[in-house]
Amino acid sequence: MRRQIEGSRAIAETVARCRPGVVPAYPITPQTHIVEGVGAMIKDGTLAPCEYITVESEFAAMSAAIGASAAGARTYTATASQGLLYMAEALFNASGMGLPVVMTVANRAIGAPINIWNDQSDSMSMRDCGWIQLYAEDNQAAVGLHVVAFRLAEALSVPVMVCMDGFVLTHAFEPIEVPEQEQVDAYLPPYTPRQVLDPDEPVTIGAMVGPEAFTEVRYLAHHQMGRAIDLYPELADEYETVTGHALPMLTRYRVEGARTVVVVLGSVAGTVKDAVDELDDGTGVVTLALYRPFPALEVRAALAGAEHVIVLERAFAPGAGGIVAADIGQALAGLDIRVSTVVAGLGGRAVTISSVKKMLGEAKENRLPQLSFLDLRTDLIERELSRRDTTPHHKHPLHPQHLLRDAGAPGSRIG
Amino acid sequence: MFEVRMHGRGGQGVVTAAELLSVAAFIDGHEAQAFPSFGSERMGAPVMSFCRIDDEAIRVREPVTSPDAVVVVDASLLHHVELFSGLAPHGYVLINSTRSLEELGIDELTERHEPDRLVTIDATEIAREFIGRPLPNVCLLGAFAALTGTVKLESIEAAVLDRFRASVADQNIQAARAAYTACQKVTHA
Repeated sequence: MRRQIEGSRAIAETVARCRPGVVPAYPITPQTHIVEGVGAMIKDGTLAPCEYITVESEFAAMSAAIGASAAGARTYTATASQGLLYMAEALFNASGMGLPVVMTVANRAIGAPINIWNDQSDSMSMRDCGWIQLYAEDNQAAVGLHVVAFRLAEALSVPVMVCMDGFVLTHAFEPIEVPEQEQVDAYLPPYTPRQVLDPDEPVTIGAMVGPEAFTEVRYLAHHQMGRAIDLYPELADEYETVTGHALPMLTRYRVEGARTVVVVLGSVAGTVKDAVDELDDGTGVVTLALYRPFPALEVRAALAGAEHVIVLERAFAPGAGGIVAADIGQALAGLDIRVSTVVAGLGGRAVTISSVKKMLGEAKENRLPQLSFLDLRTDLIERELSRRDTTPHHKHPLHPQHLLRDAGAPGSRIG
Repeated sequence: MFEVRMHGRGGQGVVTAAELLSVAAFIDGHEAQAFPSFGSERMGAPVMSFCRIDDEAIRVREPVTSPDAVVVVDASLLHHVELFSGLAPHGYVLINSTRSLEELGIDELTERHEPDRLVTIDATEIAREFIGRPLPNVCLLGAFAALTGTVKLESIEAAVLDRFRASVADQNIQAARAAYTACQKVTHA
């Protein structure tokens, strides 16, 4: 049944229906509503048996998740931004030990300067920590991805991050259908762990491996993760059979015959699709739901007919450029296709239909550089740079406060 | 698509109001989307929330920059925030205030917009009367229903009943009904 509910509420209910046995979590905006919801359902007995562990940090949250998962429990947690970074070391341990933890990342910028708003710098910074990464286009997709994530994680013994844009999705009320308990039970059987820490039969996991085999361990992890590219579509099809909701690994929108294709991850897809509809000029959109492992062959097939691929990214690599664009460039090697990166929506800046249309207009006139920033306020940049030129270097540290002052009163502008 | 932007301050229920409006529109059979534009959450800071209502699935997620209606929960924001930025010529304005547009210094709005769609209502006082606290958000939704006709009053009541415990919901519903009637009187005067 479709209900008009908050994204976070829908995720909390969905996670509860996946019957995790342990949820260690630490609150951080904008993920908090999700774990609050899960916690409340554990307390009132809706989700039972399940233990909610209040921990002292995100490092502890992931460490407890590793312990719980190694002990044979289906384990879930959620975080965002600095919290994800604080988990970094433990993330690699979870994947290295092959523990099928499922975690929501409510995507948010990383400081400094501190910023609580949405972009995808957090999960992108952890793209190579050995976790599968799924990105939700809307809340209905986020719901489905969480259910599929448990199947995928447990089938492969690889942890899965479900990334959903903070605030934009987590705090949005929209019509969402959470699958019924019977549907989830039919789709997701109880967890049968591959390895269990048992005091009666002690084993060590995550023990030292030296140069003689470390490369092979890493190769096998890479190989194992790659299996998700074949397995994901099967699991998504099965989910669609049970619930009626499709969860494509990669969505093609108006790509047939399109000369320009915009590639996106996450909730910006809707705005870009509306922009492309308004233009109606042979521009298509490809949305990637599965980003790690990177489905290079599928991406290549989807983009092969384009002349120009524009990767609209909600994060970037300072000093280098596009992150997703680099993967896409590799996938398109040998094809005569131009690849541009447009960095958009950092730290909560709205990505608007009109800005996307303007950018696509520039692309059409061949004026879009290889790397650009959507709606960059060049007036602020120039003022700050000129100040630096005229002030002795040692008296002029990089100072975000200058830019804030020049930008005008916070909250006075719309959009 | 009908797009609404609400302005107020942290603690006044601006975000809840947009959420309830979206639930009411959904109950009415529409597609709806509501979301906040927080600063860092704190009491008293300017807060915006948005609600879109349509008969087709809503994909766009940008803030509402061309609203069909603006609801101002806190009139002290009037000359600090671009409250009416992008407001459509046929747009509705609903301001929580004891004062008239002229007294608020914004009567120039009547030059660009249809005067009978611009309403000020003392929602805080109505809220005090029925809820016992100055919480004008649900009350303003009642006035909004009367002013714009985009949602049914009973759908707002259903949304409120679903969200709050019975005693709180009942007080808010009384306030919304009173504001609905008051707004009808103003717009049909």
